[in-house]
Amino acid sequence: MNLLSELGWMLTDPFMQRALLAALLVGAGAPVVGTYLVQRRLSLLGDGIGHIALTGVALGWLIGAALGVAPEAFAVPGAVVAAVAGALAIELVRRRGRTSGDLALAIMFYGGIAGGVLLIGLAGGSNGNLMQYLFGSISTVSGTDLALTVVLSAVILLVGIGLRAALFSVSHDEEFAVASGLPVWLLNAMVAVVSALTVTVAMRVVGLLLVSALMIVPVAVAQQLTHSFARTMGTASVVGVVVCVTGLTITYFQDVSPGATIVVLAIAVYAVAAAVRPLVARRGPATDPHPDLPDDVELPPGARARTDQEVCT
Amino acid sequence: MRVSRTTAEHVIEVERLHVHAGASHILRGVDLTVRAGEAVTLLGANGSGKSTLVKALVGVAAPSQGTVRVLGARLGTDRVPWERVGYVPQRAGARTGVPSTAAEVVASGLLSGRRWWLPRGWRTRVRDALDQVGLADRTESAMHVLSGGQQQRVLIARALVRDPDVLVLDEPVAGVDHPSQEAFAASVRRLVERGVTVLVVLHELGELDEIVSRAVVLRHGLVVHDGAPPRPRADHDAAAHRHLHPHDDEARRPAPLTQNPVNGSTEEVVS
Ligand SMILES: Nc1ncnc2c1ncn2[C@@H]1O[C@H](COP(=O)(O)OP(=O)(O)OP(=O)(O)O)[C@@H](O)[C@H]1O
Ligand SMILES: [Mg+2]
Repeated sequence: MNLLSELGWMLTDPFMQRALLAALLVGAGAPVVGTYLVQRRLSLLGDGIGHIALTGVALGWLIGAALGVAPEAFAVPGAVVAAVAGALAIELVRRRGRTSGDLALAIMFYGGIAGGVLLIGLAGGSNGNLMQYLFGSISTVSGTDLALTVVLSAVILLVGIGLRAALFSVSHDEEFAVASGLPVWLLNAMVAVVSALTVTVAMRVVGLLLVSALMIVPVAVAQQLTHSFARTMGTASVVGVVVCVTGLTITYFQDVSPGATIVVLAIAVYAVAAAVRPLVARRGPATDPHPDLPDDVELPPGARARTDQEVCT
Repeated sequence: MRVSRTTAEHVIEVERLHVHAGASHILRGVDLTVRAGEAVTLLGANGSGKSTLVKALVGVAAPSQGTVRVLGARLGTDRVPWERVGYVPQRAGARTGVPSTAAEVVASGLLSGRRWWLPRGWRTRVRDALDQVGLADRTESAMHVLSGGQQQRVLIARALVRDPDVLVLDEPVAGVDHPSQEAFAASVRRLVERGVTVLVVLHELGELDEIVSRAVVLRHGLVVHDGAPPRPRADHDAAAHRHLHPHDDEARRPAPLTQNPVNGSTEEVVS
C-alpha cells in the first residue's frame, strides 16, 4: 500500500516524469545499437566515443564562455559534434586497416580525457564541472534536454530497427553485402553516427563513463537466452528499459547515483541469466543432432546397415 | 520473364584484369567471357588467383587495371543489377559477436542496393531456399552450432534465395558430403536448364561433371586453359557413375572427402 502510493507520488513529480521518459528511451535505444557493436566485435567503441564526447563537452563549454552565454548551453551540442566526428574517424581507420581499430580506440580514450580536462581549464571551469557528464545527471533533465533526447532517440530507433536487415547484412558479412550491391560505407557510417548519438543521449542518464555498459550488458544478457539476432536485439532492448526504469525508481527512494545503480542492476541481471541458463538448456528434449543421411563411403557388409539413399534419386 | 537476359549476351566479361594486393601482383591480365546460359568452371591450384578473380567479379576486390562487366554493366562506373547475381564466398566469414540463425543469414540474400528491407513473404522464400539445400528443418538453428558443411549449404541457400540469373560460386561444395553434393548438383542442373548462368570454382568436377560445359584454368594469375573441361578418367563420365563408393584409383588420388585433391587435374589439362 505504502509503496504503491509512494510510486504514485513519484509519477506526479515533473522532474521524475522527465527523467523516467529519458530513461525509458535510452534503455530501449542503447541496446539496439549495442547489438550491432557486439556483432562487429566493437564492444569498446561506445567507451571510445564517450571519452571523445568529453572533449566535446569541454569545447562547447569553452565556446559558451567565449560567447558570454551560460557555459552549459553548448555542452551537449559540443558532445554530439565531437562524438559523431570521433565515431566516423574510427570507422575510417577501421576501413583503411592501417592502424588496428584497437590501437585507434586506445588513442581516443587518452586523447578524449586529456583534451576534456585541458579545455575545461581553459574555459575557466573546473574538473568538477565535468563530473555531471562523466557520471550522469538525470535528475536535472530540463524540458529542452528532454526534447533533444526524444528527437535523437527517435533517430536511433528508426535507423537501428528500421534498417535492421541491411545493417545485419553489413555487420555479419561485409563482403557479401558488397556483392549484394548494398551501400556498405553508408551503412557503416550510419552505425557509427547512431552509436555517437546513443552515447550523447545516454550521457545524461548514466554518464559518459558508463554509457557503454548500457549498450553492451543487455546484449550480453540476451545472448544467454537466445541464438537469433533479431531476438537478441529485442530481448536486450527490453532488459535495457527494465533496468533503466527500475534503477531510476530506486534512486528516487534511495539517494544513490542513478547511472551506477542502473549499471549494477544490469550486471546483476546478467549474472542471474548466466546462472540460470545451464538449468534451462539442459531441460530441453534430447534430440539426435545427426541428420538422417547416407554415409559418404560404402561400409563393409555387417558394419552398419542403414543407408537409405533418398537424396540422390 | 526477364527480358534483359537475352540482351546481355555476355553475362560476364573480363578484359586484361590486373589485381594487386599490397606488393603482390595476384591477377596478371586475365581475360574471361561467360555467355548467357553457360556453366563454366574455374580451376587451378591453391593460390592461383581463383578467389581473387571471383571477388573482382562481384565487386569485392578492386581491379588495379582492366575492366569487368557483369550483365552488361561496367563495375565501378555503371549500376550493376546485383539483385540478379548470387555469390557464394569460399568460406563463412569469421564468427561474429552475436549469434544468428540460418534463416536470418539466408534472408540477408534478399537485400540489394535497391532493396534495404526484407520483401513481403520473405519467410517462405527463405524456407524454400533452405529446402533446396536440404536444411529445411534447421531454419531456426544458430549458425555456429551447424557443422562446417551445413554452414556452407546455408551460404548456398543465401545465394539461391534471390532467384539469381547469374551464380558465382567459390568452392561451394568443399567440405560438403556426397549426398548433399549430389543434391547441390541437381539444383544447379535445374537452374542451368532454366537459363541461369553459372561460374563455379572447383578443385575437382565431381558431381558437377556433366553440367559444366567449359573449364577455365588459372595458374599464377593467368589463364592457361580455356575450353573443354578436363576428363579425369574415361569411366568417370558414364551416366551411371554415382561416386557413392570409394574409387579404385584410391592410391593415386585420394577420395574427395577432404577439400583439395587438385594437383593432378591442372597438369593433365595443360600437357
Ligand atoms: N589481400 C591479400 N593480400 C595479399 N595477398 C593476397 C591477398 N589475397 C590473396 N592474396 C594472395 O593471392 C594469391 C591468390 O589467392 P586466391 O585466394 O585468389 O587463391 P585461390 O586460387 O582461390 O586458392 P584456393 O584454391 O586456396 O582457394 C595467393 O597467393 C594469396 O596469398
Ligand atoms: Mg579460393
